[in-house]
Amino acid sequence: MEGPKLIVSSSPHLHAKSSTASIMWDVSIALTPAALWGVYVFGFRALAILLVSIASAVGIEWLLGRLSKETTIGDGSAFLTGLLIGMNMPADAAFAVPIIASTFAIFVVKWTFGGLGANWINPALAGRVFVFFSFTGLMNTYRMPRTLSAPDAVGSATMLTEMKLAVSELSSPQLGSAAILSDVGYPFTSFAQSVSSWFQQALGIPLSPYTVDAFFGNMAGCIGEVSAFLLIVGAIYLIVKKVITWHTPLSFIVSFSLLSWIFGGLRNGLGVFQGDFVLQLFTGGMMLGALFMATDMVTSPTTKKGMVVFGTGIGFFTFIFRFFGSLPEAVSLAIILMNIFVPTIDRYLMPKRFGEVVKTPKKEAQA
Amino acid sequence: MERIPTFRKGGVHPDDKKVLSNGQAIERLPMPQELLVPLSQHLGAPATPLKAKGDTVTIGEKIGEASSFISANIHAPVQGTITDIRKVTLANSVITDAFIITPDAEQPSDTWTEQPYDELSARELLDIVKEMGVVGTGGATFPTHVKLSVPKGKRVEALVVNGVECEPYLTADHRLMLEQTDLVLRGIMIAARITDPKKIIIGVENNKKDAIRKLREVIAANSYPILVTPLKVKYPQGDEKQLLKATINREIPSGKLPLDVGAVVVNVGTAFALYEAVALRKPLIDRVVTISGEAMETKRNVRAPIGAKVADLVAFAGGFSHEPEKIISGGPMMGFAFYDDQVPIIKGSSGILALDADPATQAPRTPCISCGRCVAACPMGLQPTKLYRLIENRRYEEAMKLNLMDCKECGCCSYSCPAHIPLVHGMKLGKRLGRK
Repeated sequence: MEGPKLIVSSSPHLHAKSSTASIMWDVSIALTPAALWGVYVFGFRALAILLVSIASAVGIEWLLGRLSKETTIGDGSAFLTGLLIGMNMPADAAFAVPIIASTFAIFVVKWTFGGLGANWINPALAGRVFVFFSFTGLMNTYRMPRTLSAPDAVGSATMLTEMKLAVSELSSPQLGSAAILSDVGYPFTSFAQSVSSWFQQALGIPLSPYTVDAFFGNMAGCIGEVSAFLLIVGAIYLIVKKVITWHTPLSFIVSFSLLSWIFGGLRNGLGVFQGDFVLQLFTGGMMLGALFMATDMVTSPTTKKGMVVFGTGIGFFTFIFRFFGSLPEAVSLAIILMNIFVPTIDRYLMPKRFGEVVKTPKKEAQA
Repeated sequence: MERIPTFRKGGVHPDDKKVLSNGQAIERLPMPQELLVPLSQHLGAPATPLKAKGDTVTIGEKIGEASSFISANIHAPVQGTITDIRKVTLANSVITDAFIITPDAEQPSDTWTEQPYDELSARELLDIVKEMGVVGTGGATFPTHVKLSVPKGKRVEALVVNGVECEPYLTADHRLMLEQTDLVLRGIMIAARITDPKKIIIGVENNKKDAIRKLREVIAANSYPILVTPLKVKYPQGDEKQLLKATINREIPSGKLPLDVGAVVVNVGTAFALYEAVALRKPLIDRVVTISGEAMETKRNVRAPIGAKVADLVAFAGGFSHEPEKIISGGPMMGFAFYDDQVPIIKGSSGILALDADPATQAPRTPCISCGRCVAACPMGLQPTKLYRLIENRRYEEAMKLNLMDCKECGCCSYSCPAHIPLVHGMKLGKRLGRK
């Protein structure tokens, strides 16, 4: 041909407008509102922790890339890992903690297994669990959000810890979660109080102010996990953009809710169908885990059926660990446990093959 | 409101780009200087040549004879002289013998007049279809007389006409349905007389509302027993498996044919060819081709003689507006990229596209992140990422066990892969090497 240089390649010659990098950046964008809320309620120190986490994750990725002569920081996965680790830190963690977590995540979990796509646990999750069990004391020191008390007040326990303590000390048997929290004098905002009474008066639904505060992020906890509301907003963005599907998070949340509702009350000396699952859903790392950790593509099944099994399993183990385990970190451990089953799930839950089911031809066909 | 069906499993929604050429009426290509008429334009055995170098041929004269049951006759598209018989490479890289024909300056006018065919039996009709070298014009080029031969004892539940044209850019079938509505319908009725189906359905994607309206008008005016079913736009609905799922809710079992679920599928273009073959006794010697793509100066739908070179079609469209990155024969999802504008149009050529550099297709490959999009997109229920990994590791037998041969290379997996892994390329390789 008189000139043009033509490319000859295999079909198809069109491609959807998405790439690994666009997926990673989309997830980071989806996490941003919840991260910013964390910075707002926990102050400048939270921002510093986030930046240190991201910088150390990207830095280590860059360093390892230099050593193996690859450039991988552009795919956004190291940034995302760093952001997730930062969001999983208490605002008062020592700066060394996110650095250690990032190093463990990127170096041990991701690169030694073969880099992006080859790791079997979510690197950020592994980093969090690693530092949590290494520095349990440091990782359990939370500050109250500015919406609940004076800024920089250090040393509060999370709602989950309070509830767990109450049960183990048997100081308040026969009580629901809200009653336990109010028993120990856990604070709530006046905003939550008014929402709670509006629900009671206008709709006749009893809604504890603690649940309202937990939903919007007025509680002690890690920087990025407190605002269930903004995490849900981010997840909806990802579902609308078709980055993630609802299968894993919804089956996780449904199985956990059902189990907590049916059996959760037993721990407090109440009967079956007495569990307060609503408060449970919005506390701890539940939303961050369900929406952003369990949906990590690399470490979750590839089929929709598999995702439902995977999510249901996480819900089951989270329930067991939260209500009957002695350690915190129920969500993280449950996800890691189910990560182990992913290859098995993918092997046995294959998609249905087209054309397998042949309806027997109707009688009249023989005419 | 009308319920608009589609197939359920998998599929993708590429930008259909039909608007580039769907307003262009079908034009006739000026007579080229030279035609390259290959002996193998169809699925099955190549035809046996009946003419030699130096022979003169008249328009529509049989020059190649079907060499087995699954094969098709080849006819001279013009009046002229055979200047050579030599090997040519087609757009899909098939190398085959071809007649090189130089058309006479004076071509006979109006050679084709309608002849009565109402008295003919199904057997006689089928013989005419075979004699006229009709093959599927949708791209697979399966000989139509084979497709319409219903074995004794089998009753055809449904004759499903494929007016889907799900590949982006292509508008040839759309224009045929709009401009030659009655002739297409008469072609369908001929197919119906041969196969004697209980019902006749035309499936048309809902992005061709004008064609749906026109078909319904003409059907009503002539009281044809034909149902027009609009289908939700989704690729690859034009594949007969997906089309039958969408229209009659039947799934062809793996490795089987439409007849195994009591259906016969013909394309709109094939129906038009059937009309010409039976009513005019005109062999399949020309077809409608869409000339489109961002790098084409003008976008056209052109009726070109079989054997016209791609260069002739490109010249007819005014050449390229700027340097194309790829030239494609067929649609962009399953068509073939080629580099030589001397390749001929054959019976299965639905489009010639000059595409821009699409940054998305040229992006570098990154590792698989197991996102599962290929699995979700696969209309056949396969796991492309797993198959690709097995094929990369030369574990073809295991890939076969995971139904690799069900793959029809529709391109949905590669299209949706964010890591830009050439999944379809891997499947093609695996199928070829795994067969051994």
